[in-house]
Amino acid sequence: MIVDDSSIMRRAITKYLTPLGFEIVGTAGNGQEALQLYREQPAELVTLDITMPQMDGLACLQALKEINSEVRVLVISALSDSQTGLKALKLGAKSFLPKPFTEAQLINEIQRIAGSKP
Amino acid sequence: MTEGELKFFIDVVTEYFEQITGESAGMGIPYIKSEEPAVLSFTGLIGISGPRKGAIYFTAEKALLSSLTREILDLVDPDDDSLLDMVGELTNTIAGNVRKSFGADFLISVPMLIKGKPTDILMRLKPPVFIVPILWRKEKAFLAVGLE
Repeated sequence: MIVDDSSIMRRAITKYLTPLGFEIVGTAGNGQEALQLYREQPAELVTLDITMPQMDGLACLQALKEINSEVRVLVISALSDSQTGLKALKLGAKSFLPKPFTEAQLINEIQRIAGSKP
Repeated sequence: MTEGELKFFIDVVTEYFEQITGESAGMGIPYIKSEEPAVLSFTGLIGISGPRKGAIYFTAEKALLSSLTREILDLVDPDDDSLLDMVGELTNTIAGNVRKSFGADFLISVPMLIKGKPTDILMRLKPPVFIVPILWRKEKAFLAVGLE
């Protein structure tokens, strides 16, 4: 599942991950939409932006973890200060990828989190 | 705002274009905005709150944003909604990335997207407003920074 308020980012992440064999169960443009989508279509792995309208990514991460503590979340955000990254990890994110990122960086993180790469 | 703080923004813009496209953007000499509006066809504006207050905006023409969108998505002829989304994401990335230097209490809003050339979009920018001219693939853009 891909969560980002930018449609360009949602489409880019979809484009980068689809050839690897990942099935994108859905995309959402804010935290509230993401929670609704997750309840309908629980994903094994979520990419999650932070700065979004209505509900931001950190609040969404907390709520996702309450629904399913095992969900694997990669936070992808332009907020590249160390405090924000640490906060995301403390809330249960598997990793933090700062924007802007390359296709190779995203694939590397996703494969690591998905367990197909050490 | 100090010269050093303005450099944080310039460095972030430089890194953005290099990372996404592999091509550097040229930075012109920053100047303080006077009466002349520095607004192009597509603009992303982000409000800043916390100890620093004000706003920043990135403004560009269709050609630059189309090239950037093509780099990311291979979209040949992106529609205006995609170009607005692109300028918003770019502005969000710039504002988010400078938190490396300003710290986590440099709070940023979601981007406000503006199409067309309003007479002025100074309302949230705190003077003096610094304008950084940007040139990438022969296309111009401006970054405006107005912080207390």
